[in-house]
Amino acid sequence: MVELTRRATFSASHFYWNNAWSTEQNEKVFGRCANRNGHGHNYTLEVTVAGTPDPVTGFVVDLKWLKDVMEREVVDVFDHRHLNFEVPEFAKIVPTTENIAIAAWKRLEDALAHASTARLTKVRVYETPEIFAEYRGEA
Amino acid sequence: MKAYFGRRYMLSASHRLHTDHLSAEENRRAYGKCNNPHGHGHNYVVEVLVGGPIASETGMVVDMPALDQTVRELVLDRFDHANLNLDQLFVNRVPTTENLCKAVFDLLRDRMPAGRLHAVRVEETENNFFECRDSAQ
Repeated sequence: MVELTRRATFSASHFYWNNAWSTEQNEKVFGRCANRNGHGHNYTLEVTVAGTPDPVTGFVVDLKWLKDVMEREVVDVFDHRHLNFEVPEFAKIVPTTENIAIAAWKRLEDALAHASTARLTKVRVYETPEIFAEYRGEA
Repeated sequence: MKAYFGRRYMLSASHRLHTDHLSAEENRRAYGKCNNPHGHGHNYVVEVLVGGPIASETGMVVDMPALDQTVRELVLDRFDHANLNLDQLFVNRVPTTENLCKAVFDLLRDRMPAGRLHAVRVEETENNFFECRDSAQ
């Protein structure tokens, strides 16, 4: 089995806020990320799939196809958007890097499962070069 | 839902790869330029990967300022701008990056709740890095 990873980037704004909490508690827990005016990042999305290289093409998946799926399912939805207001997953949950990784996984899962023998194993999202979150499909 | 949170830190330190178990000639052969008696240094990157359920209230696996504080206290304050050979952990152990990675992993694992620390990666340069994982996972 071989793992293959493809990167893409998107830029988006967000803020962290839990509606069940007071302003004071939001500011205490989330710090500067609780600024309601929002702030933004250049995110890097890494998608890893695993499979056996095709005996004819030598590909685990066609990288151009994977690139198109990532763009269609994730980048086009997240890029240059305000995650809290414009991406439905984050209407009720906080758009942390962890939750962005899970949202990206869910958006990719079906598209990859139906059209490829490779299996989605990992979605990693870098919020900055020093901060990232990863989801591996675990419950 | 279980996810992983990763954070990268930088520290600069010097070391010399040398063991008293080998002769001077054998040390030179085993460690090459890294055996230079005057030592040399690196900008190390320490990558810490913490696993666990996402708290529904915060959307987070771990409180990043608390993680930063732990890593600063146990790792960065100890090793940054230091000579690794002089640290008590390396009195009888060669400060290879394998051993540094293991030392960082053990220091952090002992401070965190069981099973939370998933992996530690230490990058010695852009071209070589080492990783320790919890063998129980």
